[in-house]
Amino acid sequence: MMVEQTQKRILVIGMGNVLMQDEGVGVRAVEELENRYLIPAQVTVVDGGTTGMELFEPIRQCDRLIVADAVNTGASYGTLVRIANEEIPAFFQTKLSNHQLGLSDLLALLALKGDVPEHVAIIGMVPHGLENQLGLTPEAQAGLDGMVTMLVGELADQGVVLEERSQPREGHWLREAQREAEARCA
Amino acid sequence: MTTRITVDPITRIEGHLRIDVEVDDGKVSKAWSSGQMWRGIEQILVGRDPREAWTYTQRFCGVCTTVHAITSVRAVENALNLEVPVNAQLVRNIIQCAHAVQDHLVHFYHLSAVDWVDVVSALDADPVATSKLAESLSDWSMNGPHEMKAVQERLKTFVGSGQLGPFASGYWGHPAMKLPPEVNLLGVAHYLQALDVQNLANKIVAILGGKSPHIQNVAVGGVSNSISHDAPSVLNIERLMLIKNFIDKLDHFVKSAYMTDVPAIGAFYLDWASVGGGVTNYLTVPDCPQDTKGTVFDLPGGYIENGDLASLKPINTFDDAYFREGVAESSKHAWYEGDAALHPFEGTTEPQYTDFQDDGQYSWVKAPTFYGQRAEVGPLADVLVGVAHGDARYTGYLDQAMGILKSVSGNPDIPLAAVNSTIGRHAARAIRCGVMMDTLKVQWQNLVDNIGTGDTDTFNQPVFPKGEIRGVGFHAAPRGALSHWVVIEDGKIKNYQAVVPSTWNAGPRDADGQIGPYEASLMDNPVADPERPLEVLRTVHSFDPCIACAIHMVDTEQQEIVKVKAL
Repeated sequence: MMVEQTQKRILVIGMGNVLMQDEGVGVRAVEELENRYLIPAQVTVVDGGTTGMELFEPIRQCDRLIVADAVNTGASYGTLVRIANEEIPAFFQTKLSNHQLGLSDLLALLALKGDVPEHVAIIGMVPHGLENQLGLTPEAQAGLDGMVTMLVGELADQGVVLEERSQPREGHWLREAQREAEARCA
Repeated sequence: MTTRITVDPITRIEGHLRIDVEVDDGKVSKAWSSGQMWRGIEQILVGRDPREAWTYTQRFCGVCTTVHAITSVRAVENALNLEVPVNAQLVRNIIQCAHAVQDHLVHFYHLSAVDWVDVVSALDADPVATSKLAESLSDWSMNGPHEMKAVQERLKTFVGSGQLGPFASGYWGHPAMKLPPEVNLLGVAHYLQALDVQNLANKIVAILGGKSPHIQNVAVGGVSNSISHDAPSVLNIERLMLIKNFIDKLDHFVKSAYMTDVPAIGAFYLDWASVGGGVTNYLTVPDCPQDTKGTVFDLPGGYIENGDLASLKPINTFDDAYFREGVAESSKHAWYEGDAALHPFEGTTEPQYTDFQDDGQYSWVKAPTFYGQRAEVGPLADVLVGVAHGDARYTGYLDQAMGILKSVSGNPDIPLAAVNSTIGRHAARAIRCGVMMDTLKVQWQNLVDNIGTGDTDTFNQPVFPKGEIRGVGFHAAPRGALSHWVVIEDGKIKNYQAVVPSTWNAGPRDADGQIGPYEASLMDNPVADPERPLEVLRTVHSFDPCIACAIHMVDTEQQEIVKVKAL
């Protein structure tokens, strides 16, 4: 029998602003992940919102990083993409944007410190609407299940096969979005 | 000849701020500050339960999560006239002080130092000379020659890899970069160390907040932390001692690195102590309440006109009518309906988009005024109001900074008024960070002492009356005075307006055509090379801009836009 390696610490972060419709799809995806599946101890799921430096240390502490986020690639709305490792531009894209502390900046700072995770993957969706509301557009809502499936697959590739909850839980932002929709109809 | 420069975006986290300037004979003669993103997030709150508002407001912005959470519950408590247990006030104070220290450190070292420190030049430094220089300035424990050598080696490898990473955005070799190689190396060393130090502040917030990065312990009426001397799952002595340990480590870096680095670097940029002054009216609110009613504060508030400390009008309580009645917002030059300046309780946000019109509407940010005047908020306002109050912490640290500035520059005649400037804004932030460290220690001690008396109360139940009530909550946030204004009817939110610090500073021309703080600060700024407008960035970055509604999308198509055109 093979001796198991020391378990890798895997961090799954959902990024985005849930108050701006599809911008928050990454947060909504990790919320679904946690509510549909049992998360083992070696995996940490974080709702990162739109924060920056607060995520520096958690990323430094992990071996492998998976990020769910809204990604603007120019493809059609709701398109799901996977960007991994060398495809992720760990540099500033905009010469003047000294103040961005987004994911690429955090990874660059970690590179400077010599602490980049050994594996980084972004599971992204091209957003459609960025209105000030909680509920996703139909395009993003339709893609959400696929995004969760891609997260599950990414974890499986990292050796973690998730077990489904016998009874899925209802997520906070999902419930609030439904309440918002009901209030609009009323 | 007049040259028009458009810089867009200045940064991304602040919600697409665009700056336009006209340059005549190498100096800025006209300036426009424009928020490029619709900001109507407050409308999500209408109809919701006021007790839950903070869970939404902490999502306004990725930088100031705790800030908007705490200010929101203060607004609802103010409307209810609800007292807050002392323990809850102190727990919130510790969270907000720790957050402020983290925010100030990150702003200086990781967001704006590259405007002043030439990272590539640090490769030419002599590490031993760097260490000697650093040790002549302070007793910070990580200034030794081995540390400086190791930093330089790491930097060499990093630059050699071809990816400049966070430094790729710098204007290396720009004629406005003036530091000797040794000072540049010192800046890079502390840049790297500050990455570790800032996390100590995050840990304090996480311990008290229950979860990171979005805290969960805030409630209208107090906090949800339960206090016990020995139970492991609650706020106990062991956790309080852990927090104290982090506070002491933070204090060492803030006092011995940050507070000496800024005036020492500033000494090489004395020309920036005479530009960037702005509107010179300064507003701040009191903070760190010590009693249940919000009438006694550890940090002073008030308003100063024309940079005259003697003109101080204090703001003393959460109920202060002078503050509550003085605030208005104008949309005459913003993309919303209506021209008149409206009080936030009456505020509306009906969009009316036009193109960018130099003399008309040109921003999604409204123009706030205080009794009809434009006012700058932020650390410079905090420091000047503190000094005007005669607060010994502010006067002491200001004297200390001026002393370092004079001795390193060899110029004993720098006037105190030099603080009204681009570099002065950075110095003020370092001074304020020192004060926030001191008050953080006081809040911690007061909490320990109060628990020691046997008081474990953390929450008073809110009860909402029938009919309409109104409240304002404010907070001296890292970027300045933040206020949330709420109108509640029959227990539901009827109107909600957040007047955020960067709205005060980044606002466009107001109903009377007066320019805003960013715009005023850019007037007469030198611009050596219109293609590389480093000087414009220096002045705008000195405010620590952030328009409180982060959009965070990863954009693989993003292009930089620096338009330069000769008129």
